[in-house]
Amino acid sequence: MQLLNASGCLDALVAPDVARQLDGFVTKTITPLPREGNAPPRIAETDHGMLNAIGLANPGRDRFLAEHLPRLRELGLPLWISVGGFGADDYAETCAVLRDVDAIELNLSCPNVDEAADSAAEIVAACRDATRLPLYAKLSAAHPDLAEVARAVAAAGADGLSLINTLRGLALDPHTHETVLARGSGGLSGPSLKPIALHAVHTCYAATRLPIIGMGGVATAQDVIDMVACGAKHVAIGTALFSDPAAPTRIRDELAVVDLDDIFARAHAATKSRVYAA
Amino acid sequence: MPRRERLNVVGVEPVGPYALLRLVRNGMEPGTPGQFFMLEAPGRVLPRALSLCLAPPSELQFLIDPVGPGTQALAELERGEAIHVYGPLGNGFDLTVERPLLVGGGIGMAPLPYLAEALRFPPTVLGFRSELHAEAAALMPGAEVVIDPVLVTDVLPEGFDILACGPEPMLRALPSGQLAWEAPMACGYGACYGCAVEIDGELKRLCVEGPVLSAAA
Repeated sequence: MQLLNASGCLDALVAPDVARQLDGFVTKTITPLPREGNAPPRIAETDHGMLNAIGLANPGRDRFLAEHLPRLRELGLPLWISVGGFGADDYAETCAVLRDVDAIELNLSCPNVDEAADSAAEIVAACRDATRLPLYAKLSAAHPDLAEVARAVAAAGADGLSLINTLRGLALDPHTHETVLARGSGGLSGPSLKPIALHAVHTCYAATRLPIIGMGGVATAQDVIDMVACGAKHVAIGTALFSDPAAPTRIRDELAVVDLDDIFARAHAATKSRVYAA
Repeated sequence: MPRRERLNVVGVEPVGPYALLRLVRNGMEPGTPGQFFMLEAPGRVLPRALSLCLAPPSELQFLIDPVGPGTQALAELERGEAIHVYGPLGNGFDLTVERPLLVGGGIGMAPLPYLAEALRFPPTVLGFRSELHAEAAALMPGAEVVIDPVLVTDVLPEGFDILACGPEPMLRALPSGQLAWEAPMACGYGACYGCAVEIDGELKRLCVEGPVLSAAA
């Protein structure tokens, strides 16, 4: 089991000491062109989570490759590059120019930008043609038939799945009754997501048997154990990093006496559903 | 380097409508005036960003306006309880100024008592919205205090280097100086991109670039 960060929840260049606690660093999503992101306010706490509407703020592909990636390499950590866009070509063009990184995570599910016109499977297929790097498809649990989407991206050539992204939500100012976020809606993360994420991991593992990075409300060793017991091979921490930058070390210490391989093996054996045959 | 420690609560004291949260320092550095700490808010998902108000030798003290569930939980802490504190974070005030004048508005006065100590108690102007709120000026003996509808900008002497913290309209009305801004933050260390503010025409993270920014005249 590798412990990663959820994309967009850590800047390894600003907080290298936090990144070095992880087994690999997942970048914030890179789009072809630079994006300033959404107007503030961009975050709002809810009773059991938080909303964000950052809007894929990033320096754009060219500046990322020229300025950020060389500095990230100096950290000496496995690098996962989160790739975004607004059509299959956007994703594929970025995949084609990425070299010497450990994996690519295709962000197919950001709730804070207009959705890509192409389907998840079309995007994965285009990226598969563009790169031989491991491709993980990050899916949203909001899809009514997530297992079907998982099977489709597997058929299109995905090597693994990242589950789940935030889910769209709304928070209101109690005095004005207006939305707290300037964009209106935002992506819900934090403890509220965990049962939804567990269900998504369980369902998609049964449907595809692909390696899965489980994320959504992970803050403790027990959360990691639950993810693995549902079929996650790796686990990512998101919102918990905000309140506790030492969370990866704390969780790893708590896991020292846990046999995750055994838990995963039992999850594997318990998965009776038809295995997707590529 | 910022540290994250679990600090014991010494007590919470009312200061007008605000609450002064006193924590055992436990070896944590107080940092530069204007820097901030992330304080665990009991029962909430996210910590709260608060600048240090006072730093007596064995304590860290924070002035809190209990306006929401997080700040209310902090204001209701009791002696014997403990919370995680992470800091100091961000960029504080540049103390190498010749003729400092401290300007505070409302809860924005929070970092000024510690700043005043560092600058050997320079002249200070504080503005509040009511007599009750103005009771917080007791933390800064000697300060000139104005109450709405009189504004701090109505009584500013000229020829000083302004170091200010307060509501955004107040900061924007000041002529120039070092201004401590506020934005909602989830992490305080550059991870969440939540505290974006427009700086020189670009959206930047206030926790990394600020919270104290220089405004040219």
